Amino acid sequence: MTTIETPAPQPSGTLSSGSRLFSLASRYGTFVAFLVLIAVNIAVTPNFLSWQTLNVNLTQVATIVIVATGMTLVIATGGIDLSVGSLMAISGALAPMIFMGQFWQVENMAFAVALAFLIPVAVASLFGLFNGLLVTRFSIQPIIATLVLFIAGRGIAQVMTNGNLQVFKNEGFQFIAMGRIAGIPAQVVLMVVIVILASAMIRYTVIGRQIIAVGGNEKAARLTGIPVKRVKLLVYMISGALAGLAGLVVVARNSASDANLVGLGMELDAIAAVAVGGTLLTGGRANIVGTLLGAFVIQLVRYTLLANGVPDAAALIVKAGLIVLAVFIQQRADRH
Amino acid sequence: MQTLLRPFAIKSPGDLARIGVILALAGLILFGALRYDNFLSPFNILSFLRYNSMFALIALGMAFVIITGGIDLSVGGTAAMASVVAALLSPYHWAAGLLGGMAAGLAVGALNGFIITKMRIQPFIATLATMLAAYGTGLLLANNQSVSVSYDTGFTVIGQDDFLGFPIPAWIGLVAYLLGWLVLEKLPVGRHILAIGDGEATAGLMGLKVERTLAAVYLASGTLAGLAGVILASQFGAGQPTEGVGWELFAIASVVVGGTLLTGGSGSVGATLAGALLLAMVFNILNFENGLGWISLSAYWQSVIRGAFLLVVVVLQAKLMTRQRSG
Repeated sequence: MTTIETPAPQPSGTLSSGSRLFSLASRYGTFVAFLVLIAVNIAVTPNFLSWQTLNVNLTQVATIVIVATGMTLVIATGGIDLSVGSLMAISGALAPMIFMGQFWQVENMAFAVALAFLIPVAVASLFGLFNGLLVTRFSIQPIIATLVLFIAGRGIAQVMTNGNLQVFKNEGFQFIAMGRIAGIPAQVVLMVVIVILASAMIRYTVIGRQIIAVGGNEKAARLTGIPVKRVKLLVYMISGALAGLAGLVVVARNSASDANLVGLGMELDAIAAVAVGGTLLTGGRANIVGTLLGAFVIQLVRYTLLANGVPDAAALIVKAGLIVLAVFIQQRADRH
Repeated sequence: MQTLLRPFAIKSPGDLARIGVILALAGLILFGALRYDNFLSPFNILSFLRYNSMFALIALGMAFVIITGGIDLSVGGTAAMASVVAALLSPYHWAAGLLGGMAAGLAVGALNGFIITKMRIQPFIATLATMLAAYGTGLLLANNQSVSVSYDTGFTVIGQDDFLGFPIPAWIGLVAYLLGWLVLEKLPVGRHILAIGDGEATAGLMGLKVERTLAAVYLASGTLAGLAGVILASQFGAGQPTEGVGWELFAIASVVVGGTLLTGGSGSVGATLAGALLLAMVFNILNFENGLGWISLSAYWQSVIRGAFLLVVVVLQAKLMTRQRSG
């Protein structure tokens, strides 16, 4: 996919007030939208300011944010990862098979649960490595490279489980979705930790700066000695691992794993969160906190509409408008 | 003679890939014909064509979009919405269903064209958004459930009946592909589309009407998706607002398997058809293989095998590209 940006004619002299508006909107727009949504909800939605509302929204948004964080890193390098939903299905299918003893006899449950966390995430990150290899070794466009696992990945999960629903009850494993740490749902804690780690990585580490450099100008990055291929492999691995983790959260939350449904459409939700959060799809920028806010805004819009009796279908249309508007403002601001 | 041989003149890695896909399709057909008794039976051929025409139509529109260097993720949602519109209009007249569904597709295409050319938003994001909007609209119109079509106005003829012993959806597909070939290979606009894919800025400097051509391509893709939705509703007797999930990515896979590079600027209508048929035939062969009873591969294997097919094709393409670049 190539888009060629025709630079808009630059008016000489000072910035016009219109362009200043766009640049303000692009910097603070998502945050302002977030605040406005909360204000509107406090005024309109009954019982909005309650722990339950907060819990519902946070738990629903947690998996999207976890996946979208990996997606932000991939997009920052100028790539995209369509395989995340399928990788969620694979890890979600693997975990119950491990602690339910489908591969080997479970003797020590704590050990089996530990493996049920580790192996699926490791497998998902290996699939991410596979994506990365297609992108770096064969110079295949990311959208096509990850399309392979988008198609085949869910099939792999379905073949593993024969398309059957796996129902389970396992407190240790389900802590990741049902448990609470200091009163906060475990998946929300997980989400916050991942967001903090990822933004710290982007802001303070060499590899973080390298990710941005690769997406900004790959050729220049290579010439300055940045290991471009290794950086790309890493972001696809991270994206795969985070998708695997999100898959575990989803099946733990449902007490069941359905390879046909886990993570279905997640790639688009994650990309939408990234776009609304202000990370341009052209690469060279990674706004992790923006992605978090983007996911919150999308979630809150949906919640606001649903809580006020607007059907879910209409919420889809609003979400579409939101994505277009957010990207439009970003690009206008960028051009000036 | 020279023009006859022209399709086989290898000028670029894309050409090689296009010949490859046609050979692979021929090989697969030969394999099926030798291995299974009823593979070439009229029943199998006709039901294969009847069912897969929808996907072939969508792949055709996608091929044009990809040749311009863009992408259209909205086709699945558009087909779902169009199937609902067609089903809702089918009680009035069969043509109302047909035209209504196509108009619904046209509308999404127009929206795509506007967002991409006027708001200058990347096709990937623009059509991702309109996909959501199309699904939302379809679900609203259908009240979240499938909508039964009318069986009194002849609407179901479109998807279910034959004409001259050939399924009507297959006729529609054939005509669409002939028109597509004509546009891309014989008309000036085809050259313009290729030129835009090669470089939008250059095409603009050459005096081509870039925006208008791009908009037309997205209009065509939307309309073809709408037509696929009409066939869907007519063939299965219902408008289905939740159908079409993932169709866009299978269409992209068909186009890529057909040797059209995602970078734009080159591509072939015929090879796209071969690509779509090839991916569909994987499933058909799988069914027959299971019927033999030697192996028992569940239907789930089809996505694994399709993915593996796509992998082989893109890796081969990539190798050819690098060889050409270094050679």
